[in-house]
Amino acid sequence: MAGAAALLHWGGDRAARYEANAATREPVWVKWLIIGVALGFFGVALLLPLVTVFVEALRKGLETYRAALTDPDTLSAVRLTLFTAVIAVSLNLVFGVAAAWAIAKFDFRGKYFLTTLIDLPFSVSPVISGLIYVLVFGAQGWLGPWLAAHDIRIIFAVPGIVLATIFVTFPFVARELIPLMQAQGSEEEEAAMVLGANGWQIFSHVTLPNIKWGLIYGIVLCNARAMGEFGAVSVVSGHIRGETNTMPLHVEILYNEYQFAAAFAVASLLALLALVTLVVKSWVEVQARGTAREIQQEAL
Amino acid sequence: MSRKVSRRILPGFSLTLGCSIGYLSLIVLIPLSAVFLKTATLSWDQFWAVATSPRVVASYKLSFGASIAAALINAVFGLIFAWALVRYTFPGKRLVDALVDLPFALPTAVAGIALTAVYAGNGWIGRWAEALGIKIAFTPLGVLVALVFIGLPFVVRTVQPVLEDLDTELEEVSASLGANRWQTVRHVVLPVVAPALLTGFALAFARAVGEYGSVIFIAGNIPMVSEITPLLIITKLEQYDYTGATTIAAVMLVISFALLLSINGLQAWMARRSGRLA
Repeated sequence: MAGAAALLHWGGDRAARYEANAATREPVWVKWLIIGVALGFFGVALLLPLVTVFVEALRKGLETYRAALTDPDTLSAVRLTLFTAVIAVSLNLVFGVAAAWAIAKFDFRGKYFLTTLIDLPFSVSPVISGLIYVLVFGAQGWLGPWLAAHDIRIIFAVPGIVLATIFVTFPFVARELIPLMQAQGSEEEEAAMVLGANGWQIFSHVTLPNIKWGLIYGIVLCNARAMGEFGAVSVVSGHIRGETNTMPLHVEILYNEYQFAAAFAVASLLALLALVTLVVKSWVEVQARGTAREIQQEAL
Repeated sequence: MSRKVSRRILPGFSLTLGCSIGYLSLIVLIPLSAVFLKTATLSWDQFWAVATSPRVVASYKLSFGASIAAALINAVFGLIFAWALVRYTFPGKRLVDALVDLPFALPTAVAGIALTAVYAGNGWIGRWAEALGIKIAFTPLGVLVALVFIGLPFVVRTVQPVLEDLDTELEEVSASLGANRWQTVRHVVLPVVAPALLTGFALAFARAVGEYGSVIFIAGNIPMVSEITPLLIITKLEQYDYTGATTIAAVMLVISFALLLSINGLQAWMARRSGRLA
């Protein structure tokens, strides 16, 4: 459900209109009281923790910060995180587009049920997301003996980390595209088909330009979660330094060893990633709004 | 809005549906079923003994109690927040609007250590709280703080679009019929926003129940006091008690699925209501 509230939304800012209308505005003191409470809560609950990450990271000075980030174990954690994210995002991208195509362009029985099943990973605790792969691939799991006999390691190794990450980021792209493609309908694709385009041409020349903002949005959110996942990966990783440590796990290890400055230094990289994600997300929203406006004007 | 295709005109139906169902089964359905199949090998007595042992029950109480409290706090502040974002112009609004999603984007482990630093005895807030005799970090209160952080965007982002779509005419009519502003908000606006608020509450609650990363650093993880249920699953796994871990996981999964169903029901209800109003 993590993305449930994070769907791309196309509305514009109409606050000024409300404030100009006597029937939809509050007394000035109420307005500033509400803004004050909102901003106060924002500052304490969201801004303060974010600022803390950077303050703590730089507490011991730039040299310690640089040393923490160039440590071989940190670099290997960065590499593993990037590797995992690339695989998880690409697989979930292909799946998301396929699922959205099937669900938005066709009618079939059980469609609603399928949509619910796609959302399932969001409602599962990250810890359980890791546990299920231990139950399948772990030493005492279903495939454990067979894997051991063939000397294949999945749990406490990189494949387990990748699988758990795929699971927790599974719905992001699909759930972004399904409502978008349903709202757009299939007339343009049908017209392309009448004009003789094949399936791939229809998708790449007609559908893709229409869904590109939703697609980028889904990829960005999926990537942020893939790089930041902690609980699920923690269960399957085994925490082997330099081998099965992703960045969030590395943060935990450093923190538990009381290397606070180093832990916050690595954490600051992840916080920067989060900020970049939010910037791209806001940029996509502005772009999508512009496109929506153009379409409306064309329709007029 | 959605124009459905009466016959399958476009290509790719079996390919895309086949791939989707295959991938879904391999990644999600088969591994998830492992929890229930493993639980099914236990006798009822074995299951019950683990699922209701005192330490596990204490963790349910903390996880569910703190999640409900956090979701309630989020519902109140989320509504105020969404109202400020939709109805008012103020400096820095676009920045604030973008940063509301921070808890979605910030890795939970980072949130966890940052919140601990803020609320620990030497932290920016913890220092003041301890001067007043309140310990936040490493107590159940710390769990609550982490869950409030995680849940805020769910309420704001569910309520915000509904407030934006609200027709000003309703309020104008109400005002012209002599209602004062508070009466209008109370009897005209809030009933329309209520389903969204409830959905946001349920989403925040569902997320909080399963949350792990942001909580474990600040909770202190004292058995019977500040140990959340997901952590107990990890503890059992580390002791190679797969049966115990799976049993607790099965209990949590059943509760999560029940929550998912009620949220879907709520959202369908919301869609019907907004359809009728539009």
